[in-house]
Amino acid sequence: MKVSQSTAKPAVITTPNDTEIRIVRTFEAPRDLVFRAYTDAKLLSQWMGPRKYKMTIEQMDVRPGGRWHFTHIDTDGTKYGFHGEFREIVRPERIVQTWNFEGMPGESLQTALFQEHNGRTTVTSIVKFERKEHRDGMLASGMESGMNEGYDRLDELLRTMH
Amino acid sequence: MNNDNLSTTFQAVADPTRRIILARLAQGEATVQELARPLPMSQPAVSKHLKVLERAGLIERRREAQRIWCRLQARPLRDVAVWATEFQQYWNESFERLDALLEKEKARSGDDKRH
Repeated sequence: MKVSQSTAKPAVITTPNDTEIRIVRTFEAPRDLVFRAYTDAKLLSQWMGPRKYKMTIEQMDVRPGGRWHFTHIDTDGTKYGFHGEFREIVRPERIVQTWNFEGMPGESLQTALFQEHNGRTTVTSIVKFERKEHRDGMLASGMESGMNEGYDRLDELLRTMH
Repeated sequence: MNNDNLSTTFQAVADPTRRIILARLAQGEATVQELARPLPMSQPAVSKHLKVLERAGLIERRREAQRIWCRLQARPLRDVAVWATEFQQYWNESFERLDALLEKEKARSGDDKRH
């Protein structure tokens, strides 16, 4: 039995075009199980978000047209709500859902693709925003590793302000 | 941090011209004329961008000796930086937790046989 202690490899985050963010991460587990961790509320609430947040899942109706809604509660009581609708569910290959971060502008459409190779599963999440500025807002200062020129400027700017 | 303020800041910095203006102001106060000079647009167009930045609380404008001076207000940008760092950490920490959960679930379901 080979069990990796802590793979702790960061997700690869890129912007393939003007309105999308792509997040790729590989897990040491078969696809069925990873897919279940994304779609079973009992499992999802055990991993989604930072440890310090308490997570409540208000709604999780995993079928096309079904709604989902969850809330993270910070240690100081601040709540961060997320909600949307499932558009496509193809077990164990593909989940398409809309995604709203309550209080932030712009709904995004998120497609998660699950691919298995030799017992490991790569999850590719493509987050598509309606408008470039909404995506750029999300990326505004550091989410993307290989930043474009404009964001390099913002980076420089932030460095000058310490 | 208030999310409405954050989205205002995000929208303000989403435009490359406004980031150039902010980068210039990070080096010190400047007049509207100085800010407009390197930019390929009219001064009224620059003024529109300055208005957006002012509404977002990112700059302060004051009039002195017939000129309008602009100064950077860094606080909202710091808030964005804090938030964005948290956002990046959000996924990495989630995925690390998922790693641990998957190990646990694999052991439970006996899927480890395949290794």
